[in-house]
Amino acid sequence: MCDPFGVTDCALIAIATGEKAQNIREMHNRLMRTYDEGVIYYHFWGGMLRPHFVDPEYQNHFAGWAYHDLHDRRLAEKLSIINPANYISIEDLRQQVIEVFEQRMDEDDAASRVEAEHPFFFMRSQIVVFDTRMRVDTPEALTELIPDLSLGSLFYHFIDSRRRTPSGGDDFSQWLKCWGGRYQELIEEIHTIDPYFNSLIELREDLAAVFTSHLTTEDKHD
Amino acid sequence: MTEILNQYAPIVGANVIDQLRQLAEPLKGMKVMHVNSTREGGGVAEILHRLIPLKQELGLDASWEIVAGDSQFYQCTKKMHNALQGDRDGISSELLQHYEAVNGDNFERLKELLQQADIVFIHDPQPAPLLKYCRARKGKWIWRCHIDASRPFRPVWKYLQNYIRDYDASIYSLPAFAQPMPHPLYIIPPSIDPLSDKNVALDAAEIQGVCNGYGLDPERPIISQISRFDRFKDPVGVIRAYRMAKAFGPPLQLVLAGGTASDDPEGEEVLAEVTAAAQDDPDVHVLMLPPDAHRTINAIQRLSTIVMQKSLKEGFGLTVTEALWKGKPVIGGDAGGIRLQVVNHHTGFLVNTAEGAALRIRYLLKHRDRLQEMGETARSFVLENYLLTRHLREYLTLMVAVIRNSSDRIEL
Repeated sequence: MCDPFGVTDCALIAIATGEKAQNIREMHNRLMRTYDEGVIYYHFWGGMLRPHFVDPEYQNHFAGWAYHDLHDRRLAEKLSIINPANYISIEDLRQQVIEVFEQRMDEDDAASRVEAEHPFFFMRSQIVVFDTRMRVDTPEALTELIPDLSLGSLFYHFIDSRRRTPSGGDDFSQWLKCWGGRYQELIEEIHTIDPYFNSLIELREDLAAVFTSHLTTEDKHD
Repeated sequence: MTEILNQYAPIVGANVIDQLRQLAEPLKGMKVMHVNSTREGGGVAEILHRLIPLKQELGLDASWEIVAGDSQFYQCTKKMHNALQGDRDGISSELLQHYEAVNGDNFERLKELLQQADIVFIHDPQPAPLLKYCRARKGKWIWRCHIDASRPFRPVWKYLQNYIRDYDASIYSLPAFAQPMPHPLYIIPPSIDPLSDKNVALDAAEIQGVCNGYGLDPERPIISQISRFDRFKDPVGVIRAYRMAKAFGPPLQLVLAGGTASDDPEGEEVLAEVTAAAQDDPDVHVLMLPPDAHRTINAIQRLSTIVMQKSLKEGFGLTVTEALWKGKPVIGGDAGGIRLQVVNHHTGFLVNTAEGAALRIRYLLKHRDRLQEMGETARSFVLENYLLTRHLREYLTLMVAVIRNSSDRIEL
């Protein structure tokens, strides 16, 4: 028998660091001395919980800036493919971002001095995490709960978990694993959801649809 | 007890309201005070009218006070406002001394409340010096800047900085507006209230009544700009854009509707410039509306085919948010908070000139399917990001963070 799934919620507030970059060279310099992990966290993950227009193409803020403000498509493409969940630490992720900017400077020195239409503003965040005291005992109960989860809870268990947990995955899959292999297909389908192309509302709908379809199927097997 | 908050549930979802209640738990009973300079007119007063009752309903002991001033005080604070937005116009030492004296008088009047408050939010430059007078303060003080201060006129900013640097934190609508300070620079965009008279759904008869009342023709396209008569809103540029677009054929009507706030001494002068620019064109409707004409503004936005906000400088542009919420694409100036809201080809268009605005008017009138699609995107965008409940959540989060005085992750 697994422990109940405890629903945690969170709320995030953004803080401007006062640092900005107007071109690739400045961006590289700033990144080289950005030791605050909260900054990298914010520009890959935290921003999702803040008011923003979901960019239909470029999700992390570095890629979005390269495309919209530097108009450097090559750089934007290279940055867009960075999957933050693949890096064991924020420091590794920071090094990868620096690497992509360095490659671009090596490729085209002139590009590194092009002034952006708008500067990149370095941000960090404070996140307030609280226990909702909601508990679910079974995957079926979790299925019913997901459409009603707050976006903060969804962010915490599906996005923030990628930084927080050793597996770099989501909390739902982690919990489903403790039920033996019974929910393996569901876990695999949860892993197919790309969290970076949706608003959190759309993400919640996608997740709810996956849970509903699988648990209905499971029931049929029973 | 929880009636007002519950009214938002059908719009934003019950989970959003539950989250607000849980987040407010550690703040219950705290004395939270907001201070600004006007109760009527402008976005700040509108937001406070709605935020205060909600904070009270969540169990916070929230209050709202204003600093009272005379015409000389407002003349000074208007100059400060313009200087923060980049006007290179200094302020005489006489005016600054008067500004300080008026704040001193207001401090004496509000002294007890200010000293006892757990958290004080000071809005914009008008009441900024209050902190200097409050030597026996108990709580945390936060300066909330609603202005596009990205390129302030340095001498005026340096003067204000002397007051602001002592605050525990400051809040800006955009990171671009945040000026370096020895305290955290929080970023919180403002919001609109979907239940206020300005934004609530109206029945067709009421909208038709406003249409008839102002002699508008519902069969012809209506372009509108709702804003104070203020040069930074570029109302004359809107008239130029209307004329250029109309020259290509569409039978346009233009509504420029606004009022003046009690703390804005320049409104009458700008209104005269706008009336002169309209040149008695029967299709240009310049409407001077009283501060409580919220439902009329609501109806005009709903009657509009396209809404404009061609500001040259803009703190955030709540009129943009209001229009997007009503499913209208917005043609906005590429300035300040308008950039956050108007996303080219998705929720409207950003423009830099009257010519650019005319081009986009013509484009949207020609491509009605795109106009419709962008309007739908616009409404969803506001629903997810710019309603009062999100704003309240960020205020609560900030208060928890400031009170706990802690780092990146705060576990309650």
